[in-house]
Amino acid sequence: MDLIALLAIQVIYAIASLALISVGLAIIFGMMRVINLAHGEFLMLGGYVAIVATGHGVSIWIAMLVVAPVVVGIIGVIVERTIIRFLYGRMVDTMLATWGLSLFLVGLTTAVFGNTTVGISAPLGSFQIGAYRTSGYTLFVIAVAFVVLGGIFAVLRWTRLGLIARGTMQNANMAAALGVNPPRVYAVTFGVGAALSGLAGAVLAPVSGVFPTIGVAYVAKSFITVIGGGAAILTGTVSASALFGTINQIATFATTPVFGEVALLATAIVLIRLLPQGITGRFFRRGL
Amino acid sequence: MRVNRRKFLQGTAAAAAVGAFSGNAWADDPIGVASIHDLSGGLDIYGKPMVDALTLAVEEANAAGGLLGRQIKLINYDTQSNMQLYTQFAQQAALKDKVAVVHGGITSASREVIRPVLDRFKTLYFYNTQYEGGVCDRDQFDTGVTPAQTVEKLVPYAMKKWGKKVYVIAADYNYGQITSQWVKKYVTENGGEVASIDFFPLDVTNFGSTISKIQAAKPDFVWSALVGGAHISFYRQWAAAGMRKSIPMASTTFAVGNEHIVLSPEECNGMLVCYNYFQDLKNKTNETFVAAFHKRFGEDYPNVTELAMGTYQGFRLWAEGVKKAGSVDRMKVIEALETGISIDAPSGKVTIDPPTHHCILDVHIAEVNDKKLNVLEDFAQQKPSDTAAVCDLIKNPNDNQQYVIKI
Amino acid sequence: MNARARNLLGLALVGLVGLSFLILTPRFAELDTVLDLTVYMIMAILALSLALVWGYGGILCFGQSAFFGLGAYTYAIAMFNFGESTIPLLLAIALPAAFAALLGYFMFYGRISDVYLGVITLTVTLILFNSVNSTAGPEFHIGSARLGGFNGIPGIPPLNVPGNKAAVIDLEGMFYLSTAALLATYFGLRLLLASRFGRIIVGIRENERRAELLGYDPRAYKLVTFTIGGALAGFAGCLFANWGNFVSPTIFGLAQSAQIIIWVIVGGRGTLIGPIVGCIGVQWLSAALGANQPSGSDWWTRVLANAPLILGIILIAFVLLVPKGLVPTLGDLGQWLLRARARRVATGLKPKQAEEG
Repeated sequence: MDLIALLAIQVIYAIASLALISVGLAIIFGMMRVINLAHGEFLMLGGYVAIVATGHGVSIWIAMLVVAPVVVGIIGVIVERTIIRFLYGRMVDTMLATWGLSLFLVGLTTAVFGNTTVGISAPLGSFQIGAYRTSGYTLFVIAVAFVVLGGIFAVLRWTRLGLIARGTMQNANMAAALGVNPPRVYAVTFGVGAALSGLAGAVLAPVSGVFPTIGVAYVAKSFITVIGGGAAILTGTVSASALFGTINQIATFATTPVFGEVALLATAIVLIRLLPQGITGRFFRRGL
Repeated sequence: MRVNRRKFLQGTAAAAAVGAFSGNAWADDPIGVASIHDLSGGLDIYGKPMVDALTLAVEEANAAGGLLGRQIKLINYDTQSNMQLYTQFAQQAALKDKVAVVHGGITSASREVIRPVLDRFKTLYFYNTQYEGGVCDRDQFDTGVTPAQTVEKLVPYAMKKWGKKVYVIAADYNYGQITSQWVKKYVTENGGEVASIDFFPLDVTNFGSTISKIQAAKPDFVWSALVGGAHISFYRQWAAAGMRKSIPMASTTFAVGNEHIVLSPEECNGMLVCYNYFQDLKNKTNETFVAAFHKRFGEDYPNVTELAMGTYQGFRLWAEGVKKAGSVDRMKVIEALETGISIDAPSGKVTIDPPTHHCILDVHIAEVNDKKLNVLEDFAQQKPSDTAAVCDLIKNPNDNQQYVIKI
Repeated sequence: MNARARNLLGLALVGLVGLSFLILTPRFAELDTVLDLTVYMIMAILALSLALVWGYGGILCFGQSAFFGLGAYTYAIAMFNFGESTIPLLLAIALPAAFAALLGYFMFYGRISDVYLGVITLTVTLILFNSVNSTAGPEFHIGSARLGGFNGIPGIPPLNVPGNKAAVIDLEGMFYLSTAALLATYFGLRLLLASRFGRIIVGIRENERRAELLGYDPRAYKLVTFTIGGALAGFAGCLFANWGNFVSPTIFGLAQSAQIIIWVIVGGRGTLIGPIVGCIGVQWLSAALGANQPSGSDWWTRVLANAPLILGIILIAFVLLVPKGLVPTLGDLGQWLLRARARRVATGLKPKQAEEG
């Protein structure tokens, strides 16, 4: 019985972490059709910012939840203004530019921090479920995921900024004709996407380690999740994360981690074959 | 094209090497030593300390007057964690730079890539990383520890301390798989039981279900053969789940990538590891070495790793071989080394074992404590018995392969 | 000079340069340069396969490395089992082609397009990577060939003259073979693209709906293009296994896939010479950045000896300054220069003549 409860927490945690790492990419790709191959590096930067801030005495919570997103968000805006801005509509060129950017960020972080960086350990201790112990931090990550996704929903649905963003996404020319400034919207969107990635990286830093090349582990999975989810940002990411996370964890628990990874990838293939426009191409089409 | 490239590279190297090299290293026919390691990409946590140790070794040798009256020139290749570049750089080192020896390769995969290339172009090769054992090649010398030297000692020690039921978690590639087989062998030999062996791809960061499975199995201790940056997350998640205090851990891969410094004390105190070298070893040679190392690379250098020391010892052994042979000719140096050359290294006495071309060295068991490794027990002069079971280069000098040792 | 003549002139030029390169290089270059060039030629064939599939076919394939790796592994496994190289070579082309056909059928007849294609091809290559990576134990073997897991398969025997097991190809021979193969691939593809088939797939790339309404079945054409691309990549894989005498699972990885795409983008999509140039250029740059690293820990060294940092800056600058890729930009430059000269000649009227006129 406790084992089932434990497994349920593991599954929800897998879904939550997958959603967290993908939502930043979903916003950037969903809004601007920019394939950001440096997404993993934004996550990595978030982790480093959290470490540096904690090292300077900032409380770990503020470092993770405030400082990291803000700093990475600013970096995102800078990147957008200097590089991405010239490449809208040219998906292929953004791939090359962001690949170069990812190499650059990895090289820069290695030069500044070296390869061995002290990390931060997970706060919040552990608690008991029946005969098993599990980490309280897991629940924190799940909570953060809920808050973040809920916050995005609220912003998109009920604020003016969200309305403008959705409008620009649907038809940039029309939005421009109505007085919106698309370049400004894009800059803000890219910044927000980067900030969310930074937040995810910082929140996951205590449980996954931070080193310059950790981005590689995240990029493929978040891509597959975002595109498997389809056009709608929020519903797509959530539904795809739910599907992939569940299958991954159950397969890992039942067999081996290798098979868990392969199961996730195979599910993605089957999913896209059955639903060529992603999940939200067919279901939840009116979703955000 | 050739000339321009060389000029470009020399110009860059010269411009950036201000103060990094002692002045007259380039004059009158230096001896070339090539270093082929990953300095970027995922494996750079291992590669960088190795190259630093090699740099120090070369500079020390040059400061002492060089080898055979000639200066030594270190040529550094960064393979960027890319197998194709390993082949290309090995070819370049052998054919263009015509070096006297290559020190390189981190994973067994990279070693197996450059070994045939260097064999074909008749260049001496030193592989300085701990690995699964079994390489039998007269052109190659291995200075890293093999499972028979470390695992064989740590398993009974841990079992005596903690209990007989072991849960093994390993990285899902050759080294992890073979090490786990050795662990199983020694556990069973000592009357214990292996609850399960789980393998993890090198980029897995979510170990939640594994931690649950380990708890369900209730082992006396966990043996970890996890490798690489992503696997550090296991130790974090393990500690976050409060497991560190209830189930102890032993490992022969932990701390090679400075995991004990990256993690906090609460996350890894009490772990047992077994290696040839620890920075805190108390002997005169080591203290001199560490002082020189810190002077060269800074007092805040995180840790001199086992692999770095392997590289340092590899260079020193080669230098002794050259001195004994009186030349850098490959065959002469090999024959000189095969007389069983010995050096007094920071890790203790290191001797080349002629039939296997591996090394007889001291191993120590240490415990992780507040980001340091405290040596608990010493085992002097361990022979590479696993490779010796399959390889005898004195009887079969033309042998040239990696054997899979039957466990 | 009309377009057709210019086209033929261009082809002749490429042929001339290629042939002289083939014949002269081993005579004048050192062995290690020849070996480096051999692998660049092989990778250029791989780049051409993606140039066909993506540049001309419009299929964003993020997993071309899957066919490359399959070709290399097939050759290695077959070589250990058969001992003679004719069948392994043919298998190394046929198996990836069959796999590409299967995958292509799955994708194109399922009406999957653009990014979704990219994701499926990416997941395929990642599945292959993860699966082959975990085959380290001795129980994983096909016939007498052990898969070897992460260590890969070392010591792959090289190609031999068909029928004659003893006449094995040597290092220079490998160079000749690879360069000749590259030239053959290039001209073969030019022929293919100049044919009816070539025009149709370009038409499908430009506007699939229109091509369909004109009566061509885009799914079939894309399938054939994808299969040819897979076969070419498999062939390149077989040559690669011969060059390095090894193959390991990293050949299926994300880094290798991304590399191929980078080559095509840098060189210029929509051309054939472009990806060749891009591939050789980027590869040469990576090797040059990795070789002869200075050692030490001071700031300047850490920046200069940092291959990813420098490569990243170069790529970003490249995409901003040379947006269409190397070859198209050079082509534009050449055209601009020619037109500028023509304009100068045309407006070179004498002032008096202009007044009177």
